[in-house]
Amino acid sequence: MAAMEPIGDFIEKLERELDMIEPGTLKPDVNYRSIPNWSSMYALIIVALCETEYDVAVTGEDLRKCNTVSDLYELVASRK
Amino acid sequence: MSLFHVKGAEIKGISAAVPKDIISNRDYELITPEEREILIKTTGIEKRHIALHGETTGDLCYAAAEKLIADLNWKKDEIDLIVFVSQSPDYFLPATSIILQNRLGLSKTTAAFDVLLGCSGYVYGLSVIASMMATGGFRKGLLLAGDVSSAGVNEKDKSTYPLFGDCGTATALDYNRDYQLTFNLQSDGSGKDAIIMPHGGLRNPITPESLIEKEYEPGITRHMRNLWLNGMDVFNFSTREAPPNVKGLMEFAGKSLEDTDFLVMHQANLLMNETIRKKLKFPQEKTPYSLREFGNTSSASIPLTIVNSFRQNNPSSSKMVLASFGVGLSWASCYLEAGKLVTPEIVKV
Repeated sequence: MAAMEPIGDFIEKLERELDMIEPGTLKPDVNYRSIPNWSSMYALIIVALCETEYDVAVTGEDLRKCNTVSDLYELVASRK
Repeated sequence: MSLFHVKGAEIKGISAAVPKDIISNRDYELITPEEREILIKTTGIEKRHIALHGETTGDLCYAAAEKLIADLNWKKDEIDLIVFVSQSPDYFLPATSIILQNRLGLSKTTAAFDVLLGCSGYVYGLSVIASMMATGGFRKGLLLAGDVSSAGVNEKDKSTYPLFGDCGTATALDYNRDYQLTFNLQSDGSGKDAIIMPHGGLRNPITPESLIEKEYEPGITRHMRNLWLNGMDVFNFSTREAPPNVKGLMEFAGKSLEDTDFLVMHQANLLMNETIRKKLKFPQEKTPYSLREFGNTSSASIPLTIVNSFRQNNPSSSKMVLASFGVGLSWASCYLEAGKLVTPEIVKV
């Protein structure tokens, strides 16, 4: 497994891709589905980021099992 | 292993026809203006040409074919093969290709048949028509690929309605035993539910219940004769399978992506396509798109993208990789080295 960057960097990248949300919205313990206007479009953006930035595949099933930003981070880190 | 070369058919020209009516995703009232902007940004789809007056896929392919035959100055009695690719044919039977043989005024010694595929249809169709022409038994062939997907989507389904545009295309092929096309064709039927129209075939015949609309979640209302799309599953599948398929193709062909002039992908949505492009480490400037103005045009999307791109700048030769993935699940790529292609102005029907 390759080393995973700190969660702060992961959040920065997430917020850059989800540029329609207020910076600072995503914190480790935030339930990412509580983002204003959350839709399946946002889920796709997150999954695309995991693919292109970390070369990690995340399925719809995986996302359903994650609740917080921290859960997402741990999932990606475990698959890198 | 469905990796093979076909020597025998040279692509001489490609044309496209779209309905003249345009619908903008900025006017999609089911979602808020904010959501519309996010949709346009993520999918890359701003407008789509839609058949609002009963124009069929056959009509669109007919218009594209007539234009191309004229611009190539072809004699119709030399055309002896039509392959029509679509998942929205004019009739379930008879085959639309045969109807088009008659409409185009081709001779009765023309072979004509349909191929029922969508997103991967153009590449599969190209492999079929080229393989038949490689026998030496045909002089000129027409690959007609298109879809009127708008007829199958529900306007109240935000996961499908804003994505699809309608288009019909024609690709003209000449017998040439020195011209090589290379293909990598794959399939996985375990993913059949990722993109499906559940009712209407023999498995689930149409009943009155088939057309009853249900709201499955806010913004997603559809019935069993509509197109159902699981965006996440399609995304996972395409980003997992398309890159290795293309890499396998290039290795088999003994060619490199670095030397390729264009990567023309099936136009699914910008986010998915860009993810595949980045996984292939292929430059953005060599990757044309037609999403913004035409949306996802299913089996027509690759030829439409070539025509749309070459209208601005038509190269005298080009090394191309065509990569397609989607409904089935089915995916296929092709490597070809084209000479100067005739690409007429897009016909508005």
